Amino acid sequence: MTNPDKDVRIGPAAAVGLVAGREINTRIRSKAFIVSTVATMVLLVAGAIVAKLLSGSGPDATIGVTQATAPLAQPVQVAAKTVGESVDTKTVDEAAGRDQVRDGDLDALLIGDGTKVRVLVKQDLDDKLRTALNVLAGQLAQNQEILSQHGDPVKVNQAVATASVDVQSIEPPHNYGGQQLVLGIIAGILIYMSLLINGQAVAQGVVEEKSSRVVELLLATVRPWQLMAGKVLGIGTLGLVQMVLIGGAGILAALGTGALTISVSAALGTVVWLVVWFLLGFFAYALVLAAAGSLVSRQEDVGGVVSPVLMFVILGYVLGVSILPGDPTNKLCEVLSILPVFSPTMMPIRLAMGGVPAWEAGLAVVLMLVAIPALVWLSGRMYRNAVMRTGARVKLKEAFTRA
Amino acid sequence: MTDTASLEIDRVSKRFGDVVALREMTFDVRAGELFGFVGSNGAGKTTTMRIALGVLTSDGGQVRWQGKPITDETRRHIGYMPEERGLYPKMKVGEQLSYLARLHGLSASAAKRSVAEWTERLGVAHRAGDEVQTLSLGNQQRVQLAAALVHDPEILVLDEPFSGLDPVAVDVMSEVLREKVATGVPTVFSSHQLDLVERLCDRVGIVRSGEMVACGTVDELLAGGSVRLIVDAPQAQRGWADGLPGVTVQEHNGSRTVLELDDGADDQQVLKTALATGPVREFTHRRESLTELFRSVVVEPKEEEAA
Repeated sequence: MTNPDKDVRIGPAAAVGLVAGREINTRIRSKAFIVSTVATMVLLVAGAIVAKLLSGSGPDATIGVTQATAPLAQPVQVAAKTVGESVDTKTVDEAAGRDQVRDGDLDALLIGDGTKVRVLVKQDLDDKLRTALNVLAGQLAQNQEILSQHGDPVKVNQAVATASVDVQSIEPPHNYGGQQLVLGIIAGILIYMSLLINGQAVAQGVVEEKSSRVVELLLATVRPWQLMAGKVLGIGTLGLVQMVLIGGAGILAALGTGALTISVSAALGTVVWLVVWFLLGFFAYALVLAAAGSLVSRQEDVGGVVSPVLMFVILGYVLGVSILPGDPTNKLCEVLSILPVFSPTMMPIRLAMGGVPAWEAGLAVVLMLVAIPALVWLSGRMYRNAVMRTGARVKLKEAFTRA
Repeated sequence: MTDTASLEIDRVSKRFGDVVALREMTFDVRAGELFGFVGSNGAGKTTTMRIALGVLTSDGGQVRWQGKPITDETRRHIGYMPEERGLYPKMKVGEQLSYLARLHGLSASAAKRSVAEWTERLGVAHRAGDEVQTLSLGNQQRVQLAAALVHDPEILVLDEPFSGLDPVAVDVMSEVLREKVATGVPTVFSSHQLDLVERLCDRVGIVRSGEMVACGTVDELLAGGSVRLIVDAPQAQRGWADGLPGVTVQEHNGSRTVLELDDGADDQQVLKTALATGPVREFTHRRESLTELFRSVVVEPKEEEAA
């Protein structure tokens, strides 16, 4: 009885592909998936825009100068620059200037005759602005002293400006800017949520097949490992697409609005690392979660078996976001972020912040790549032993030992 | 279809811990044959079927198809209906059947055609776009049968296919099975509905405690069992039939006596002896039914074990 029309051989890859295809088809149409993806994207893009609006696109401060203090306009900008502030100046007559200070249009108004730095502010002077103006005041005093000694203030100032400390460091330190801390925290949240949501989806999918008993029908035509692999691959692929969409939209929005001023290559690096660690973390955790799910037969029991596993995801994330932003070189986090259990949640945070030595980043990946085949073997065994057993929760020991 | 196109279960054994589930279970289902698999609960029917499908592994013995040990590839050509019915509750009927057909090796287009054909045939075509969980239990059963048939299997293994079916569905199921068998597909199904098995099956296997205790055509099985006579002679004393050649008294039931006759025993002699005791109100010649045979081979040893 060979009917050429139907005797299509399907190999392991095709079987895994079909299972994965079903997972993708089912999940991509689920409202929860669409809503969570779109909502996170919108949230990140909106976040970038809000961050930009809050930081303001213009200078840090606007200072008014009167006719008399107009010669100070240039020096005040230079002085502000040395303390890291950008300042705009505006020439106004004194009466109008006072009104603008009162309305908040001007942060400060330089008054007097221009020989001394006198400012008018609404209530108090911003700290950074105060430092800038102090520098200016110092320069003015210096210039007058130089003039009184018949020197040339321009020459002196030039000499001062070009003189700077020459720093030689043994280990070049990494400058953890505010943007990188935020990027690290966002990377941490994304990977954490993605592992949590997609990992749980794997466990729930396994139990759905067990509780609906469809698993017996499936195992009559595909091997347990094919079913498990297909499920993990299918959900993982969608998780990856989700991660690329969300991470990509977030970074594009941040760069586009100018909320993020790091280089494009650094931004791209963050997204690439995010994807790499999502893949590594997802496969490691999904395999364990699939095996854990196969121990129980009812949806309401899923929580009990997946939470011990997800505790590690949560722990890594909480340690990462609570310690790293304040202490990017924390030794404990540095060590944990290399270990396979915690690396999927902690390493992306560190990588997004930057300053991770190449060997650490590499070692974490290598360790994970070593751990995954071991997990494949272990969880495959558990799954195969437990997935056909309905009723009471299968004991861990039995799942390992029963052939 | 060659003569070797049969499914052979050869001395298959299985233990679950200390419990022996199958003890050298042996039988075969030939091409174009409908094989009824009967036995009490826990006798090993489901375990046997699961092993044939590769869902369970056996501890010993072999399952062969066309004379060769069955492989994962040949298993794809089996249509299976598990005892524990199961489909994805939230998947649409048509998509689900198509998915299962493709897992069994059909191309996407062949799967589509087959799904249309079988849903039509089993009367669930109008529900193809609905989620399985929205269907009535009876319709879910029909979809389950469609799932076993949709990949045009070369062998059918059905665990309790008739349980939970309404009489109309039983007829549809019987008809479909007969039709598949007529095309040469060896078909085995388990059932507790012995009258149905007796009516439908070409051959029957009775299992007890993991062993095949009787196997053959219905006629063969019942021929092995002797002819029974029921004689109602109110005035006869107990023991009236003792000593008649080839006659064994099975039981006394009020004024009725149930006698078992060996081959060649003379029933007319029995009648004469009965008439000699007085009036005879009933003299019935009755062949054993499958149900009785089943009881005698399955239930009685259990009582012995209990005693």
